[in-house]
Amino acid sequence: MTQLLEALAWIADPTRWSGPGSIPVRLLEHLWYTLLGVGIAALVAIPVGLLVGHTRRGRGPVVALSGAARALPTLGLVTLFGLWLGIGLTAPVLAFVILAIPSLLAGAYSACEAVDPRTVDAARAQGMTEWQILTRVEVPLGLPLLIGGVRLAAVQVVATVMLASYIGNGGLGRFIFLGLNLSDYPQMLGGSILVVALALVIDLALRLVERLTAPRGAART
Amino acid sequence: MIAFENVGKTYPDGTTAVEDFSLEIASHEAVVLVGTSGSGKTTLLRMINRMVDPSRGRVAIDGEDVAGLDPVRLRRSIGYVMQASGLLPHRSVLDNVTTVPVLRGTSRREARSRALELLETVGLDPALARRYPSQLSGGQQQRVGVARALAADPNILLMDEPFGAVDPIVRADLQQEMLRIQKELHKTIVFVTHDIDEAFLLGDRVVLLRPGGVVAQQGTPQEILAAPADDFVRSFVGADRGTRTLHVEEIEGRRIVVDADGRAAGVLEPPAGGAARA
Ligand SMILES: Nc1ncnc2c1ncn2[C@@H]1O[C@H](COP(=O)(O)OP(=O)(O)OP(=O)(O)O)[C@@H](O)[C@H]1O
Ligand SMILES: [Mg+2]
Repeated sequence: MTQLLEALAWIADPTRWSGPGSIPVRLLEHLWYTLLGVGIAALVAIPVGLLVGHTRRGRGPVVALSGAARALPTLGLVTLFGLWLGIGLTAPVLAFVILAIPSLLAGAYSACEAVDPRTVDAARAQGMTEWQILTRVEVPLGLPLLIGGVRLAAVQVVATVMLASYIGNGGLGRFIFLGLNLSDYPQMLGGSILVVALALVIDLALRLVERLTAPRGAART
Repeated sequence: MIAFENVGKTYPDGTTAVEDFSLEIASHEAVVLVGTSGSGKTTLLRMINRMVDPSRGRVAIDGEDVAGLDPVRLRRSIGYVMQASGLLPHRSVLDNVTTVPVLRGTSRREARSRALELLETVGLDPALARRYPSQLSGGQQQRVGVARALAADPNILLMDEPFGAVDPIVRADLQQEMLRIQKELHKTIVFVTHDIDEAFLLGDRVVLLRPGGVVAQQGTPQEILAAPADDFVRSFVGADRGTRTLHVEEIEGRRIVVDADGRAAGVLEPPAGGAARA
């Protein structure tokens, strides 16, 4: 309990809220790394996931690949890529991309698969092109699931981004690793609390987006 | 003109839905395909707009093999009322009806004003235009389906059991609406049903199908009733159950037509200038 209070006191200390290396700076760095990881992963995984979901082809290999990617230990990846690519942002971001891809893929293909095949059939029968079916029917109807994938990926990455600091980058992990080295437990715990809080906020925000994007009219069926 | 030329369909799982089917449908004609469940009616209908590609033979519209036409353009030019309304759940009634015209490049505003007219044509209160399909009754959804099929003013209208899911009163109402629309618009209609009464009511010509898309008999309702080709047709049209045999009874000096159950079906009027032939 006292440790928790000390950690909260560490966070509340006004000197930690301005200047270089302050909490806001680390928080923004943390968010930025998360955005990079999830953003790059989304550029790859969402189109592939939608393609798989729309065509119902290649689901097997994609699921297998996602499973394999899920099984990779992210710390190991960061270390490995760090050794290979050196200190800097490339190695950890690459690891985060790999971490984020499975959830994004699953969100994207399940978004398509969740749409009633009869609805897709009707859209096709009206003369929509495959692209129009995807963008005007499947994506709007499956959007909450797609966003759900983004939410899972973001929460996983935000919790893991502290590993970036492990090989010399910024982010909230700095506090954790610094605290660990200095045996400064309030700082370590404070950093962890901030990471957890950030993850919760992101989770909540994206849950809200999921709600807002739920297609109107489909709710009552 | 729509021509089925020895078409057949075997689905990838090996089911032969249609063996060998040929039929010509003239422009402005309403042809009804009737048959029991699974006799291949939907399969045949969907060959016209290339939602199903025949495994054998060809379907031609005005002499042109549909296999050579762009499916997207073909489908936009043909109205299709689906077996289960097939409305897009995330779009309002109005947006559902304007789907095809908008895809074809009509301005949204023009499409909307026409859609509102169409809703009235099919007997729907335009106040429903802003609702979503899930907020409509089954019968209302079917009417929207009909309005949507008419929206791009297609020459060909495909209707797959459009009134199957509604109660008999609403169905009768929709059938009358349909007859009125046809009188006004003169579309080429291919209508699918398993209700023989509906077929006789709406069809200029009726095609009775056995399983496998085999034609049991085709002709005008009168021809089929006058001379059912075989027992299958006879039982299908209800001739052998006596439900279609009528006889005349004299009651209080008037000639009343009575059906097999003894219910009065109507009053027999003598043909103009002659005596009634009973
Ligand atoms: N996509 C498909 N794959 C495999 N078999 C199919 C497919 N679609 C239809 N069939 C089969 O083909 C046969 C004819 O089906 P179809 O849907 O054309 O019948 P229908 O006359 O429209 O029946 P209903 O009155 O029940 O709608 C049935 O045996 C059906 O199971
Ligand atoms: Mg059918």
